[in-house]
Amino acid sequence: MSNMTREETEALIQEVLEVYPDNAKKDRAKHLTVNDQEVEQSKKCITSNRKSLPGVMTIRGCAYAGSKGVVWGPIKDMIHISHGPVGCGQYSRAGRRNYYVGTTGVNTFGTMNFTSDFQEKDIVFGGDKKLAKIMTEIEQLFPLNKGITIQSECPIGLIGDDIEAVAKKTTAEIEKPVVPVRCEGFRGVSQSLGHHIANDAVRDWVLGNRDNDSSFEATPYDVTIIGDYNIGGDAWASRTLLEEMGLRVIAQWSGDGTLSEMENTPKAKLNLLHCYRSMNYISRHMEEKYGIPWMEYNFFGPTKIAESLRKIAAFFDDTIKENAEKVIEKYKAEYEAVIAKYRPRLEGKRVMLYVGGLRPRHVIGAYEDLGMEVVGTGYEFAHNDDYDRTIKEMGNATLIYDDVTGYEFEEFVKKVKPDLIGSGIKEKYIFQKMGIPFRQMHSWDYSGPYHGYDGFAIFARDMDMTLNNPCWNKIQAPWLKSEEEPEAAAAGA
Amino acid sequence: MPNVMIRVKDDGGLLFYIAKKDQEDEIATVEKDSDSEWGGEVELTDGSKYYIDPISPRPRFPTTLRFKRAE
Ligand code: SF4
Repeated sequence: MSNMTREETEALIQEVLEVYPDNAKKDRAKHLTVNDQEVEQSKKCITSNRKSLPGVMTIRGCAYAGSKGVVWGPIKDMIHISHGPVGCGQYSRAGRRNYYVGTTGVNTFGTMNFTSDFQEKDIVFGGDKKLAKIMTEIEQLFPLNKGITIQSECPIGLIGDDIEAVAKKTTAEIEKPVVPVRCEGFRGVSQSLGHHIANDAVRDWVLGNRDNDSSFEATPYDVTIIGDYNIGGDAWASRTLLEEMGLRVIAQWSGDGTLSEMENTPKAKLNLLHCYRSMNYISRHMEEKYGIPWMEYNFFGPTKIAESLRKIAAFFDDTIKENAEKVIEKYKAEYEAVIAKYRPRLEGKRVMLYVGGLRPRHVIGAYEDLGMEVVGTGYEFAHNDDYDRTIKEMGNATLIYDDVTGYEFEEFVKKVKPDLIGSGIKEKYIFQKMGIPFRQMHSWDYSGPYHGYDGFAIFARDMDMTLNNPCWNKIQAPWLKSEEEPEAAAAGA
Repeated sequence: MPNVMIRVKDDGGLLFYIAKKDQEDEIATVEKDSDSEWGGEVELTDGSKYYIDPISPRPRFPTTLRFKRAE
């Protein structure tokens, strides 16, 4: 149970909004709310997917990040050119920790950075020639690549380069798919539109490639993992469970994924969607075009895993259903041991989350399995359908914040005083310096996997390791601490 | 005139998804809904209304249709 009442939480929101000028206050007020499980439609209480206010510190990314960083980047056997200046690609290189198997630089290219490194003259005279040349070079240097994507950065759209024409020409030349993606960073309000654009590019340039090719032998148990980016090995931890159930995973989108897996996806029987926000578009498309049903699942924490496994099994025959029970049974001892070990150390601790488009609701179950409570949550780039799904997961009178600003987040934390914060790298050091245990929940703080039963053990260990770390009461210099202990603690919190 | 994808929800209800706006809502009522005909005025659970000339026979969902905004 949250120890703040509805009124207190509302008052807190008002208090935090106080410093803004009137217009900004009005706008930001729409993005902050107190959770009420009664509400059916989130748009009645929270506005999302709107342009961030100029002047505040937003934590969002850009459309290029959504396409190159999230959706396309992990496709390991394709080369993704960050088309434009060097920085966008270089500063995000390998930061998401999408694990994959393969020999980097030979047949896989995940952690490498390919860029057209725009200079002034490319902006003035256009970069199409350079792009064509780069792709020819790539083909010579890395002949084992399966295809190329062109991930546009801001300038490409601004100067009006025709990357589609270059892509077509090069496809004919190298006889491999070349996919132009119009994901310039300025499009949309956050990385979310980048996901959508990337999904559309997959739809238009990849998905139908093998429609008339029946050489792939399908089975009635073919499923795909969609929207799992294999961060720290997440998709692998999920895949083993599905395979133990007797299903065959024919594609991973896109963590440790390949181009041919994507092309074969229309041959699946069921699409399993983990990150709804970034890949619902393509799932909807496949449902319409190929009649493949899709379902959302959640592999964080044993309660949700068991729920999801049963829901997945319900699509198949009795053997699979029995197998699902067997899998749950098999791991029971393992996860019960994890809970027995960590729950006493974590029981009753309060967590605040602020992550991307899925985890703010998906990890709640895992925390609850450990006896912890999520008292505030929010998304960088969710839409209303995400909040619809969140309201039911969160307790009453808890805080919900959309596209929270740096200032608001800090103020909320000072008042709510959570025992743990889960958010991104940009927030990490601020809160750690405030003396609050922090986990970076985008790429699992260099740990992982967190999905599946194996992942849950790691999740629990990491939370304990962070929360019960002896460093937290050493934040204040000893000579400052001695007399005014309570006040000093409050100032530090 | 938005392009709308209509799909069936787990519980049998119909979802109204405007891809361009990434907006999804449940359909509350459809003016004409029988095996032979589907369409007319469509009201969503949030109260907004759309119109489509009735299609016969009833289309198979999911499918993308073009709706008009109805006042
Ligand atoms: S907003 Fe534009 S310049 Fe900035 S990282 Fe994104 S693509 Fe690059």
